[in-house]
Amino acid sequence: MKKNEASKRKVKKGHSVIPGRGLTMGITVTMLSLLILIPLASIMAYSFRLSWSEFVELITRQNVVRAFATSISCALIAAVINSIFGLILAWVLVRYEFPGKRLMDAMIELPFALPTAVAGITLSKMYSNQGIIGKFFDQFGIRISYTKIGLTIALIFIGIPFVVRALQPVIEKLPESFEEAATMLGASKTYTFFRVILPELTPALLTGFGLALARGIGEYGSVIYISGNSEKNGTQVVSYVIMQKLNSGNADYEGAAAIALVLLIISFLLLFVINMIQLAAGRRTK
Amino acid sequence: MQSHGGSGSQARSVIEGSDADVVTLALAHDITLIEDEGLIEEGWIDEFDSNSSPYTSTITFLVRAGNEKNIQDWDDLIREGVDVITPDPKSSGGACWNFLAAWYYADLTYNGDETQMKEFVSALYDNVLVMDSGARGATTTFVENGQGDVLIAWENEALLALEEYPGEYEMITPSISIKAEPSVAIVDENVDSNGTREVAEAYLSYLYTDEAQQIIGENYYRPINEEILNTFSDTFDLSVELCTIDDFGGWDQAYEDFFQDGAIFDEIYNAE
Repeated sequence: MKKNEASKRKVKKGHSVIPGRGLTMGITVTMLSLLILIPLASIMAYSFRLSWSEFVELITRQNVVRAFATSISCALIAAVINSIFGLILAWVLVRYEFPGKRLMDAMIELPFALPTAVAGITLSKMYSNQGIIGKFFDQFGIRISYTKIGLTIALIFIGIPFVVRALQPVIEKLPESFEEAATMLGASKTYTFFRVILPELTPALLTGFGLALARGIGEYGSVIYISGNSEKNGTQVVSYVIMQKLNSGNADYEGAAAIALVLLIISFLLLFVINMIQLAAGRRTK
Repeated sequence: MQSHGGSGSQARSVIEGSDADVVTLALAHDITLIEDEGLIEEGWIDEFDSNSSPYTSTITFLVRAGNEKNIQDWDDLIREGVDVITPDPKSSGGACWNFLAAWYYADLTYNGDETQMKEFVSALYDNVLVMDSGARGATTTFVENGQGDVLIAWENEALLALEEYPGEYEMITPSISIKAEPSVAIVDENVDSNGTREVAEAYLSYLYTDEAQQIIGENYYRPINEEILNTFSDTFDLSVELCTIDDFGGWDQAYEDFFQDGAIFDEIYNAE
């Protein structure tokens, strides 16, 4: 009898164990709406002012399409490079001890703290053919500033903290017993890394990759100074094209919103795909 | 209290609600944008002298000391091997003056033959090494990053560069240029609701006094007051032939002809 009563008490319909569920739900939805949903809705509202044919004409314009191609491809390459080096960085920062480690760890946050315009101007100066690093490469005829390479470097710079910070906690929690077991069973270091450790890190790695990618696609300040914004060289990014529409003599809100909407959709699709891969990877290790 | 930024984005911010009493923008067109929204009353341009521009400037060339490539006039900019730096007129109102000055030169040189004129500006913009989003960015690219042989700049920017980097640059005033008129206006709706109309009017009227015109000249802008302007004949090349925006039928017409999507700038720039 007592048992039944106790279990009945625990599971009352609609009553949650956590107090204040209704209120917190309300606050969350309100904040989400105000900060995210309503601005998104207004972008959609503005872009719907264009007729369908105007919309398509705008999206398929050569400079817009090229800008999308540049933004996405450079962001992808930067995110991939960031994933590889971010993994190495995170691993070193967690597993090794060396003088200046804390300083290095703090410096990873620099791209977050630095205003993007400052980062952009500094990078463009350094990598220009008169700049410290650019001069060296100029000898071989390689131009970095004002090309897609410069653009990608700027995106690498601002994306690296995402990957490192996403991986660090996971590497810290990685049970040493996994590696010990693998070694004892005769696995080489390479095998251990790629078949035992990496799968554990994959979800976090993908999170970092996704964040770096998302940031890179939409980046504006750090990119516009180093890319040269040349339609001819294909170094215009989508955020620049949107800004052009807003700053031109006619403040074309609808056009800007339309391009922004397409960018949003593409970003959403990309992140969705990454999420699916993450889920699949996560399931595997269960 | 002042807010600084690019002319077009400042116009937009006033439209979107920034509580400015007075605007000083790079071209009358940006003020017209605010007028269209009803924040400034019609006829603002005649409220003050000289189309409400207490000072003007013009478009000149900034070259590196020694002027190795011997750039003297607009036709030198289309020569092979000359790298030009100029900002993007589609993203910067101030940059439109540069394009119009070049177009005017072509107009006079080719006697109005539009095909040849388009070829000229096309060749010019083909030589553009880096096209920044605004005039300030272009100056940074040319001066700080050392890109290009010549910067098409506002005269005051060029003179400022000469002052800040003595001996490193030269300013060349071309034979023909455009009278860049940065305009000032009172934002009627804001001064009425803030009760600052008198102060705002006094502030803008002051810009036309001798004292202010002197300061204007000392800061490398051309004062409207002819007498004072002549005292700066060492700084400014007063013999340059200047056209005005009226030669293009006003800003609305200029935008329609040149800078809107699909107009002449798009035509010449996007042609492969």
